[in-house]
Amino acid sequence: MAVTTDHIRDKLIKEIGAMHVEVEDTSPNRCAASFKVLIVSTQFEGKPLLARHRMVNTCLAEELKEIHAFEQKTLTPEQWEKQKAQ
Amino acid sequence: SARLMCTAALQKDLGDIVKKDKVVVFMKGTPAQPMCGFSNAVVQILRMHGVNEYAAYNVLDDQDLRQGVKDFSNWPTIPQIFLNGEFVGGCDILLQMHQNGDLVEELQKLGIRS
Repeated sequence: MAVTTDHIRDKLIKEIGAMHVEVEDTSPNRCAASFKVLIVSTQFEGKPLLARHRMVNTCLAEELKEIHAFEQKTLTPEQWEKQKAQ
Repeated sequence: SARLMCTAALQKDLGDIVKKDKVVVFMKGTPAQPMCGFSNAVVQILRMHGVNEYAAYNVLDDQDLRQGVKDFSNWPTIPQIFLNGEFVGGCDILLQMHQNGDLVEELQKLGIRS
């Protein structure tokens, strides 16, 4: 199974209710499949960073077996608005 | 099986290893010679906070350790950081804790002034 940015985006929207997802394929900078994602979801509200990242890791558990490097940023809609304003 | 017993023993060893030192890092390469950008980022962040005394384990030296630590912390990637025996996360989380000031606070709790 080849992991694509569209596949990652669709899964994050479907499974953790992401309202905004940015997926960047960083593979060309590295030696194998690599992705960088920004995920905005109300499901992150009230959850510490570690719990949020675990949600994403669990959602993409199958894909992560094929992925060499994976960077993630997990924001609530409120944090996302704040970041955009900066 | 022997393999299964080995796995159980490694999980128990890891439980001891992460408690032995205040700051424990599982990484690719060594602090002096990181073999991956993400492991290097962790080393640089710790250095910025004046954390020079920490236990670093090179997972490239040992395939059982590489898989074992992933199972132990239920975390799919390397590097992994433990503070005071508690799993903190990987490179992204440490970087964000560095940026939002949480890392200074966590290190202070361990008696490390950054």
